[in-house]
Amino acid sequence: MKFTHIDGKNKGEIMLYALSTCVWCKKTKRLLRELGIAYDYVFVDLLDDDEKENAKKELERWNPCGSFPTIVVNDKESIVGYDVQKIKELINNE
Amino acid sequence: MNDALQYQKQIESQYEKLKKEAEAAGYRLNPDIEFTRELVDGLLTNEKRYGYWACPCRLADGVERNDRDIICPCDYRDADLTEHGACYCGLYVSQVVIHEKISAGSIPERRPPKEKRDKIGEKPATSLNSSLDYPV
Ligand code: SF4
Repeated sequence: MKFTHIDGKNKGEIMLYALSTCVWCKKTKRLLRELGIAYDYVFVDLLDDDEKENAKKELERWNPCGSFPTIVVNDKESIVGYDVQKIKELINNE
Repeated sequence: MNDALQYQKQIESQYEKLKKEAEAAGYRLNPDIEFTRELVDGLLTNEKRYGYWACPCRLADGVERNDRDIICPCDYRDADLTEHGACYCGLYVSQVVIHEKISAGSIPERRPPKEKRDKIGEKPATSLNSSLDYPV
């Protein structure tokens, strides 16, 4: 699955599952950028069928309803939806 | 006129049309115009991609039969408006949100996961008058 990397401060491995048409995903990207945090994102709606299935399975491990945006942090925890407070807290990560 | 400009015009006219239709039916679009235009852009993108207005904030299957509940306005709009003051995407908002100038936030997903939707779909359709004790 091809994630796109956005440069910034390293606050751990931050993987964003997003949709290219979703406004909350856009807001999430904007906020991460404002915070200057490095992250990787994938637009699941733009993947080909096989990759889309893989992405859905991977996403559902973290967020069983498979909704967007979902951020997976350090392969340990997830932030579901545009949760401003939790996203801002990422800045405190080592 | 270049393509980008023409597309902006299309978003604008679709937005106006949607606003009129919503208001005529007693609904309100999100007053944050930039936000709402981005959603209209998403709806038009999905129309081109799938042939119907799949919800921009959900992953469409691409087979209309499987996406019927998330074609805008989706089956979850009214319940979300009642409970959260906005639909899942924030395209439609309640009067309270408008009058108190609260901005609509991201809300939890109400759509059941796929296995649950499949189970609901398997149930035989109840006949129209089967649950009525007497004719109405
Ligand atoms: S959540 Fe809102 S924008 Fe999305 S399909 Fe439902 S009514 Fe339309």
